[in-house]
Amino acid sequence: MDTINLTIDNKSIVVKNGTTILEAASGIGVHVPTLCHMKLHDLNIENKPGGCRVCVVEVEGRRNLAPACCTEVAEGMVVNTHSIRAINARRTVMELILSDHPADCLICAKSGNCELQDMAHQLGIREIHYQGEQSHYREDTSPAIIREVDKCIMCRRCEMMCNEVQTVGVLSAINRGFNSVVSPAFEMNLDHSVCTYCGQCVAVCPTGALTEVDETGNVIRALSDPSKTVIVQTAPAVRAALGEEFGMEAGTLVTGKLVASLKQLGFDYVFDTDFAADLTIMEEGTELLNRLSKHLSGDKDVKLPILTSCCPAWVKFFEHQFPEMKDIPSTARSPQQMFGSIAKTYFADKLGINREDLVVVSIMPCVAKKYECGREEFKTNDNPDVDYALTTRELAALIKISNIDFRTLPNETFDNPLGESTGAAVIFGTTGGVIEAAVRTAYEIHTKKELPRIDFAELRGMEGIRKATIDFDGFPLKIGIAHGLGNARKLLEDIQAGKSEFHAIEIMSCPGGCIGGGGQPYHHGNAEVLKKRQMAIYQEDKNKVIRKSHENPYIIELYEEFLGEPMSEKAHHLLHTEYFDRTE
Amino acid sequence: MPKIKLAENTIQLIKDTCAEFGNKESELINVLHQVQHKLGYLPAEVQEVIAKELKTSVAKVYGVVTFYSFFTMIPHGENPISICMGTACYVRGAEQVLAEFKRQLKVEVGESTSDGKFSINCLRCVGACGLAPVVTVGEKVYGRVAPSEVKKIIAEYREGCAGDDAKSA
Repeated sequence: MDTINLTIDNKSIVVKNGTTILEAASGIGVHVPTLCHMKLHDLNIENKPGGCRVCVVEVEGRRNLAPACCTEVAEGMVVNTHSIRAINARRTVMELILSDHPADCLICAKSGNCELQDMAHQLGIREIHYQGEQSHYREDTSPAIIREVDKCIMCRRCEMMCNEVQTVGVLSAINRGFNSVVSPAFEMNLDHSVCTYCGQCVAVCPTGALTEVDETGNVIRALSDPSKTVIVQTAPAVRAALGEEFGMEAGTLVTGKLVASLKQLGFDYVFDTDFAADLTIMEEGTELLNRLSKHLSGDKDVKLPILTSCCPAWVKFFEHQFPEMKDIPSTARSPQQMFGSIAKTYFADKLGINREDLVVVSIMPCVAKKYECGREEFKTNDNPDVDYALTTRELAALIKISNIDFRTLPNETFDNPLGESTGAAVIFGTTGGVIEAAVRTAYEIHTKKELPRIDFAELRGMEGIRKATIDFDGFPLKIGIAHGLGNARKLLEDIQAGKSEFHAIEIMSCPGGCIGGGGQPYHHGNAEVLKKRQMAIYQEDKNKVIRKSHENPYIIELYEEFLGEPMSEKAHHLLHTEYFDRTE
Repeated sequence: MPKIKLAENTIQLIKDTCAEFGNKESELINVLHQVQHKLGYLPAEVQEVIAKELKTSVAKVYGVVTFYSFFTMIPHGENPISICMGTACYVRGAEQVLAEFKRQLKVEVGESTSDGKFSINCLRCVGACGLAPVVTVGEKVYGRVAPSEVKKIIAEYREGCAGDDAKSA
């Protein structure tokens, strides 16, 4: 039987066989509350351990209440989602969860964005009738992520993300009963584990148990120090999501307001990571063409495919899990680090100041960027190229602290020279974007012809692994794309097994790419939010006059004045990096 | 986390055990049982090898090891002492007997003495409730144990006399 007839809250409906009560109910506007359950449609991501029991409903003829998230509908089923028994059970469950939860909502980093807090509100919990033992577990601070395990409700979304989606395998439930917690193996700290700091655990945590390291205080201090010149760069995906923190519809582009807010915050120059994304394309695209032509001319030492290297979580992933392949990814630094490197040399020189007096702040959709800017190879005399990386969420907090009414800000434009960018740079913010940007430039450099088209629909989408062949004037360039580290792992295993057909592969750690980054406004399990951000990114690309990185006039000037040409010795020194075996 | 280096043949033994179970992740519990049976305990380094062989994360393996009280990450003493905490033994004073063992040996439950001679564990019912409270040392069973007898029992194994049959366990 393909369809099932049932009744939910006195409404008769027909749904597909295999549908859960939860899904069936939501189809008729009955929203059964859930806590541990999370489903990102189209991304193949679902967490339904049936553990929290908040979604229990009454099913006629069944002795026990049924968890709606993981009970499939059956023919003739009669469901009551708000019987007194269901409501009481739900409240009891919530009160029991809350009885072992620190009651510090007023000062919690997640306050206002907490699904547990929302649920307590929605269920009208006004009193906790149970007083029992409270868990006490040490706090674990890493360069990017903080674990406050006392706030964990064991929904295990983080565990699902870390193991099934990302295949990083750091987090697991350990111990049993009241002592159970989600933890790395042997209860080691995150910074001793193989954690990539992708932050997807943070992105899905319903409470304040997993949050990013807060750097806003350091930025406020730098901004108020008259001896420092403080500049800022903003990553492409930030402009497609920041508005959500101020109640705007997902997918609202707020580039102009973003710039205006940063100027009002007091940054001396407001620049764009997109400038550095164009620079990345110049270096990475040239590297791709070099490797490709050597490979095609029979040089056995040159390995293909070339893999993108913009994503710090991806870099840490292969350093831990595939160290024998560390010579395959491009040596190009990420746009954040290229920006920092150019800012503290070229731009500091232009201003006539020492690098120590220039503070570089970045606004990133990412928590791994915090870790990346602290890597030793990105420091000169112990001074980092990028001083502080804030997430999109932290920037929103900073704007609120500074009494700025974001919604009424005028649109302003980035400063020059490090603020000019092309459409190719903007699309770095979504899965498929980096490789499309690379194609736009590599094609024209390689063929010396103008591209017949700029949009490459075959590289776009939300499928976890995508492949496409682009005609490079007779040469079929085979491209692979993966987002989510589990998908990346599959492509890497193919390379290991000698089965990979690709010349170039783009990898982004987070589902959806940077638009779905661990530092973005919380999507609360709504995949539509990611799709709308992706559409906004492509819209911004379309809005740009220049849409190919090599046509950015300030990039051309940077090479003429300072770097020479792509892959020059100076470019190598400032814009490329090396990778490390982190297995020991 | 203290690092120990596993001997080559130990690593091989673990790998062979995993292979016996087809290197399947779903056989994790059986593998852990077998490996603990052979090595006596499951230190971190052993879990790392198992995780690699079964292509799962070491966090998952650790999760299972810490879930089941049967699995231990600490080597048992030469003379593993178990105090029954089943209902019958408990009401007849097993707790006081346990306290006396802990006091005499200066270790907690689940730990071994620094000389490796003794370890203390609790168990639930050995099926000799008529002898409650019951203590086992190796495979030797002591019945109706009073706290005042604890010192004497330990002494038997310290001097190495009565221990010989028990140690064959």
